[in-house]
Amino acid sequence: DDKLLTEPLSHPDFFSVKELFSLKDLFDARVHLGHKKGCRHRFMEPYIFGCRLDQDIIDLDQTMQHLQLALNFTAHVAYRGGIILFVSRRRQFCHLVESTARACGEYAHTRYWQGGLLTNAHIQFGPGVRLPDLLVFLSTLNNAFEPHVAIRDAAKMNIPTVGVVDTNCNPCLITYPIPGNDDSPAAVELYCKLFRMTIIRAKDKRRQSEAVEELQ
Amino acid sequence: TLRLICTTTAVQRKNVGASGPEKYTEAFIKKQIEEFNLGKRHLANMMGEDPETFTQEDIDRAIAYLFPSGLFDKQARPLMKHPTEVFPEQRKIQWGEDGRPFHFLFYTGKQSYYSLMHETYEKLLTVQKHQDQLIAQDSSIPLQKEKRNLAGSRWLTKIELEEMLLEKVSDDDYSRFIQLLQKLVALPCADIEEKYIQKFSKEVPVQLQKVVIEPLQYDERGVAFSTGEGQRKTARATAVVYDNGTGKITVNGIDILHYFPVLQDREQLLFPFQFLGRIGKHDMVCTVSGGGRSAQAGAIRLASAKALRSFVTEKEVEFMRQAGLLTVDPRVKERKKPGQEGPRRKFTWKKR
Repeated sequence: DDKLLTEPLSHPDFFSVKELFSLKDLFDARVHLGHKKGCRHRFMEPYIFGCRLDQDIIDLDQTMQHLQLALNFTAHVAYRGGIILFVSRRRQFCHLVESTARACGEYAHTRYWQGGLLTNAHIQFGPGVRLPDLLVFLSTLNNAFEPHVAIRDAAKMNIPTVGVVDTNCNPCLITYPIPGNDDSPAAVELYCKLFRMTIIRAKDKRRQSEAVEELQ
Repeated sequence: TLRLICTTTAVQRKNVGASGPEKYTEAFIKKQIEEFNLGKRHLANMMGEDPETFTQEDIDRAIAYLFPSGLFDKQARPLMKHPTEVFPEQRKIQWGEDGRPFHFLFYTGKQSYYSLMHETYEKLLTVQKHQDQLIAQDSSIPLQKEKRNLAGSRWLTKIELEEMLLEKVSDDDYSRFIQLLQKLVALPCADIEEKYIQKFSKEVPVQLQKVVIEPLQYDERGVAFSTGEGQRKTARATAVVYDNGTGKITVNGIDILHYFPVLQDREQLLFPFQFLGRIGKHDMVCTVSGGGRSAQAGAIRLASAKALRSFVTEKEVEFMRQAGLLTVDPRVKERKKPGQEGPRRKFTWKKR
């Protein structure tokens, strides 16, 4: 059991996440497109490649690195049987995100976030609730273009976060930010596909390892 | 404001009441059911009856015999009922042994409501896809085969939805759900999901209660007659109106001239006949009890009008109803209130 948990940590890319996506895929899904110069957030400047006709272009090399780290982390969390909660407050992609979560066997929250969900969970849900071990944000802003409350709450409850940050978002409190577009349907579908594949891969690997252990 | 830096043990203790009503696990309920069945058999053996045919009524009688209780509150007495009746139907604990919740929308708080919205939206998407396919094939949108009966059906009420989902639904959420359903129904190809929509619509009984007019009956001589009942204040009357008559009216075996000396009461009796223009054509025999002079007259008037409905066309019945001949007079004696001399009259006001 100990060997099961420590073995993946010794490899840098145990789940071979790098082969799931390429720079061309990101470009085709329009991940590099950001908002206009006026919407730019000060802390996103390191991630921006340049500005063309007033529109910000996100540096896809950095995106590749961050995406690889984030997917690796989610795969490790899923391998250890952690609860992953997908959060997005965009109405267009609410159905897509919920179906992705259902397909993975994980959880989703694309509706109005009640104030004490994470911080007041024992009273809202009942004693003995298990909180999510990872929050994945497909869009860090809520419908009022402010940072989602869940980022702050997860930081308070020591829950790691993975989030897609656009040029108008604040990447401060997110543990594994992924600079990229969160408005185009193509980009969001790509992210959903990537997360789904990593989680399913990680779970399958876990089941295989457990079967191998049992045989021995 | 004071900030509590070092708290006392009293403050640190968990607020037990704030966690809401106790939630029962499925295993707990199953155990209770097993214990109940075992107890039922023991009880049957104790009472000397057959354990197989021991019904709930027998259980209640046995408990009342073995544990007699003089308490006034029926709900405080000893009780032995099936656990499904004792423990209210509520959501059992939502997560398994490893802590992972069962439902994928558990962390939203309102999982059944949001999963319902998710499903309905999915149906909407499938209908749209189907429509697109049809357009791609035929380049024409098929007309709706048959308009849903809008008058005969209604959507589920908020309370019914709450019962269905076993959780609270706010007014806003409910209206959003109904809007989504209406949007789904408005699409031309919504017939595919008819079964799903029917889960949320209910039939409305359209017809008002129609008053049945009884047909004429015939006695031994071959004369048509019909009966009617009427009341006014405390008087109750039954009237039998015969056809081919001379206009004779008998009350309690006494002729009306002797029973009602006052002209006003006789006018009341004759009013239905005068209205229909059938004064000399019908005979009437009535029985009346209770009330006073005027009340008895009013009761017989109503009874005779009801009886005359069978002799007359529907249009004339409608005229009678509009004239107020067929309505029961709701005025009764108002009660006296304490602190007043009568129903309305107050005691004389004295300045000092």
